[in-house]
Amino acid sequence: MMKIVVCVKQVPDTTEIKIDPVKNTLIRTGVPSILNPFDRNAVETALQLKDTYGASVTVLSMGPPQAKAVLREALSMGADRAYLITDRAFGGSDTYATSYILSSAIRHLGPFDVVLGGKQAIDGDTGQTAPSIAEHLDMIRLTYIMSMEIEGDKVIAKRQVEEGVEVIEARLPVLCTATKETNKPRYATIRGKLESLKAEIPELTLEDMKDIIDTTKIGLKGSPTKVKATFTPKRTATGVRIEGGPQKMAASLLDCLKESKVL
Amino acid sequence: MGYEQYKDVWVFIECFEGTPKNVGLELLGQGRKLAEGLGQQLCAVVIGKDVEQGIREAEKHGADKIYVVQGDEYQHYSADGYGYAFLQLCRKYSPNTILVGATINGRDLGSKLAVSLHTGLTADCTALSVEETGNVVWERPAFGGNLYAQILCSDTRPQMGTVRPGAFKKPAPVEGNHAAVIREDIHAKDIRTQVVDFIKACEDGTIPVGEADVVVSGGRGMKNPENFEILKELAGLLGGTVGCSRAAVDSGWMPQSRQVGQTGSTVTPKLYIACGISGAVQHVAGMSGSGTIVAINKDASAPIFEVADYCLVGDLFEIVPALIKELKARKQA
Repeated sequence: MMKIVVCVKQVPDTTEIKIDPVKNTLIRTGVPSILNPFDRNAVETALQLKDTYGASVTVLSMGPPQAKAVLREALSMGADRAYLITDRAFGGSDTYATSYILSSAIRHLGPFDVVLGGKQAIDGDTGQTAPSIAEHLDMIRLTYIMSMEIEGDKVIAKRQVEEGVEVIEARLPVLCTATKETNKPRYATIRGKLESLKAEIPELTLEDMKDIIDTTKIGLKGSPTKVKATFTPKRTATGVRIEGGPQKMAASLLDCLKESKVL
Repeated sequence: MGYEQYKDVWVFIECFEGTPKNVGLELLGQGRKLAEGLGQQLCAVVIGKDVEQGIREAEKHGADKIYVVQGDEYQHYSADGYGYAFLQLCRKYSPNTILVGATINGRDLGSKLAVSLHTGLTADCTALSVEETGNVVWERPAFGGNLYAQILCSDTRPQMGTVRPGAFKKPAPVEGNHAAVIREDIHAKDIRTQVVDFIKACEDGTIPVGEADVVVSGGRGMKNPENFEILKELAGLLGGTVGCSRAAVDSGWMPQSRQVGQTGSTVTPKLYIACGISGAVQHVAGMSGSGTIVAINKDASAPIFEVADYCLVGDLFEIVPALIKELKARKQA
């Protein structure tokens, strides 16, 4: 039977984040944590492959214990098992180190025929972690797929690029990243939800993977990129208010645009 | 620091069917700035089956040197093929800094190179500069544009970053620039993916949102897809195109290809007109680099007015038709 693993991330709902107008800092308290939306599409992709061809679906997430909530969500949708990758030594990892740790976990639990992830996480927005996992595992990667089918040991995927859609063939195993256009994720059933609450979610730590992990490539120290500073963008209203009724506003705006040589 | 052997700023000139994409040329402008900061040369990398146009454009936009890898196997982008060729170039010439456009394929290539070279890659940068130490300061938005971070890659080389199309303006052509063209005979043998078909995006004759001089965008305030017709008419009169916010895409009113913002396109038109868009940071992150911003919104406290140059508080369904009428009248006069 085909073995599939999906990498998911718990993220703050960035649409709910607000800026403190006085201190000009990020208000994080009260912001709900959610399953990264694109990862939900990746879970759905795995479940559709399972429905069509039969497969076992494993879900992985790296993060603190509270990230188990998103693993339970994936289980409630229909994934078979889940692991939380967690260790203090993994903290502060950038995309290089994170993808290395995730690839080590995949090696530890694998082999898998298909590795899936979302195209990017909405908090970091890098889109690098999943394809970097492929590189650490020397796997074929098909990023930004719209659909995938499997014939024997062959994958046929449609991949969205700026100029159109590529139809690509490759041999398993492959890593694919899903987008919002890939599918419409299913809702969890009540039964799925109840079962996921009871499910045991084992933790994978550095100790569990010590034979395959190079500790110089993990955590803050193993990360080639370092954050020098963070700041919130300054916003100051300096615009010109155009007054009057619609017709007057239209005429004044066009005059202004003409005067400033925009038109 | 021991980085002396790593020299020059490289810019990947991504091409589609032999035509270079704008983003590579935009990056030559930024690459020049970094190269000056580092006291090094600006180099372009062109990989493909048809490379001549890429070479010409890279030379015209200021490259000092152009590395070229040509072969039938590079007709379509593949991570295996392009990754192999680029990696061989890096191993031979040891670049200091690599800039790649954050296109679908550029992101794919960037992650492949960075892992293969065991180095850092900063995605979606919006500002670049060089520290005295010789480190590039990569500035990028996170948390949907609510936070900006400055990232360094101080312990490994090359230092790498991707930059969104449209985040920077294309530099003016450098008259009489002469670039040294270095052709390398590199052939990728182990390409594990095959493009068996390519379906071109249907052309509806409109300008892509990232390439227009004028963008007229609509958001939640448009209320339904039919109402976008007035924006199309206004955009047409101004020689521009129509964009939208994420709310309009999520509501199914507009295709994702028209979305401006953090999860859509970044645009820097001469004129951006936001109609019925509240101005969430995610949207602002994708359009704040526009030359002139006009905001039309009923809600005087909408955050879009904080970034707008001209603020029109009122009903867009009255103001936009008035603008159309006035523009038509002035054209006839």
